[in-house]
Amino acid sequence: MTVKQISVFIENNAGKLKKAINTISSEGINIRALSIADGAEFGILRLILTDNDKAKDVLTKGGFIVRETEVIVIGIPDEPNGLNTLLDVLEGENINLEYVYAFANNKTDDAVVVIKVENYDKALKVLRNHEAKLYDEEDIENL
Amino acid sequence: MIWNEEMECMGPEERKELQLKRLKEAVKRAEEVPFYKEQYDKLGLSADSIETLEDIEKFPFTTKDDLRSCYPFKLVAADPEDIVEIHASSGTTGTATVTCYTENDLDIWGEITARAIGMADGEKKDKIQNCYGYGLFTGGFGIDHGGKKFGATVIPMSAGNTKRQLEIMRDFKSDIITCTPSYAMYLGEALEEEGYGPEDINLKTGIFGAEMWTEEIRKRIEEKLGIKALNIYGLTEVMGPGVSSECLEQEGMHIQEDHFYPEIIDPKTHKTLGDGERGELVLTSLTKTGMPIIRFRTKDITSLNHEKCKCGRTTVRMNRITGRTDDMLKIRGVMVFPSQIERALLRVSKTSPNYQIHVTRPDALDELEVKVEVTPEMFSDEMKQVDEKRKEIAKSISKEIGLRVNVSFVEPGTIPRSEGKAVRVIDERNFE
Repeated sequence: MTVKQISVFIENNAGKLKKAINTISSEGINIRALSIADGAEFGILRLILTDNDKAKDVLTKGGFIVRETEVIVIGIPDEPNGLNTLLDVLEGENINLEYVYAFANNKTDDAVVVIKVENYDKALKVLRNHEAKLYDEEDIENL
Repeated sequence: MIWNEEMECMGPEERKELQLKRLKEAVKRAEEVPFYKEQYDKLGLSADSIETLEDIEKFPFTTKDDLRSCYPFKLVAADPEDIVEIHASSGTTGTATVTCYTENDLDIWGEITARAIGMADGEKKDKIQNCYGYGLFTGGFGIDHGGKKFGATVIPMSAGNTKRQLEIMRDFKSDIITCTPSYAMYLGEALEEEGYGPEDINLKTGIFGAEMWTEEIRKRIEEKLGIKALNIYGLTEVMGPGVSSECLEQEGMHIQEDHFYPEIIDPKTHKTLGDGERGELVLTSLTKTGMPIIRFRTKDITSLNHEKCKCGRTTVRMNRITGRTDDMLKIRGVMVFPSQIERALLRVSKTSPNYQIHVTRPDALDELEVKVEVTPEMFSDEMKQVDEKRKEIAKSISKEIGLRVNVSFVEPGTIPRSEGKAVRVIDERNFE
């Protein structure tokens, strides 16, 4: 079970990030999670949204470079060391993470972790075996 | 089709004879102009000094600066009564250069661009969407004169107003398009943005000129518009577009030798170079009467090829312009042409041909940065992969020019895309 993530190319100058966010929010699309990978001259804005197709459409029309990728979203206990419990599981099975970001969620007791891996099938299998709480698109909408 | 078989397919000896006769006449006409006459008198030269075509090499060059010093009308040989049209260069690099045409000159101009239309698979029933600017710039009117002489239908769009261009292109079912290659790319992109593709338009060929471009750009334009993209060459100082044009073989531009005599010289030593050797193109007009021009240094770098073309034409072909003697950037002492950088960039897959070269000198050393617009295909959610693409481009450019280069990615549409000529180089070095 994977969830779609939208990535946006953001030039490192004032206002670009704001413009991207504005473009999405003015269409009534909610941001569920966000992270930015920053390089010297540009950044990659990664977003988990309530409406990916629409977001992709408005961003592209707004002149942004957009890419859709699959990520895994997992609910973990919102308590100290909660993230490490998950990381231990993945490490134990030799699953490399490309990147990870997380956010707390005040509607449930879970914290939510977004991970990108190389091998989804393997990662999902391992996570299911450990009874990880995998989120689907509907769960995302309800967050 | 071959528009003028007699002139375009003439045997080499017969052509030389015609050129020699016309060259003598051309020098004689030039002697009517004090600028030429004074120089020739000093050197003891006259039309009589010409016994073979090579004798032209004894005559002094004419440079763009010479033309500027004669601004606006000092080079006119014809009676003012006989001048019927004037064109001028944009003057972006200094005083504009002016060319005056007689009825005879317009007829020649129409003739050579009609030949270009013939080379582009033109037929009389074809509609030519002419998106070169109409005005002092020679592009619009040059194609216009040729299209009418050819008997095709000219749609005088002029440059700009892309939405309308695409609308007319679809509604009128234009067969041939004429514009700068960068505008052709732009139109292709705009067509895509509107949700159309090559299958929705009727174009078969495009005649593109007025700026330098590469084979890689040609391929992209051909894909985007579903056409054969052909190169046309010309310059205001000599005539305008049509001095040479490409046939469907796409193996160099046929110089209209019955009207222009080409030479290739080493820009430094001024020595005449042979077939296949790259150097500066020098042109002499053989038949112009308004403003004859003798040994004009074009500053364009190319080479000649006298082999007979597969299309049947015997006219000498010049290769695609690969640089300008004054576009030549000297970076850390190394000669670099923007076209080299473009070629290297487009060799990397999924790249966009929208780039800008920045040369700076932060300390004692020159720094070269190439800004490239990101395409959706080269973008990724992983920094590592985007960075790898960037390095791949930098490596390709370094390999081509032999210099270290910084490549940076910018958002699409941030590099100024002109509807005329693209600004490819920003040189911020201060040489004062």
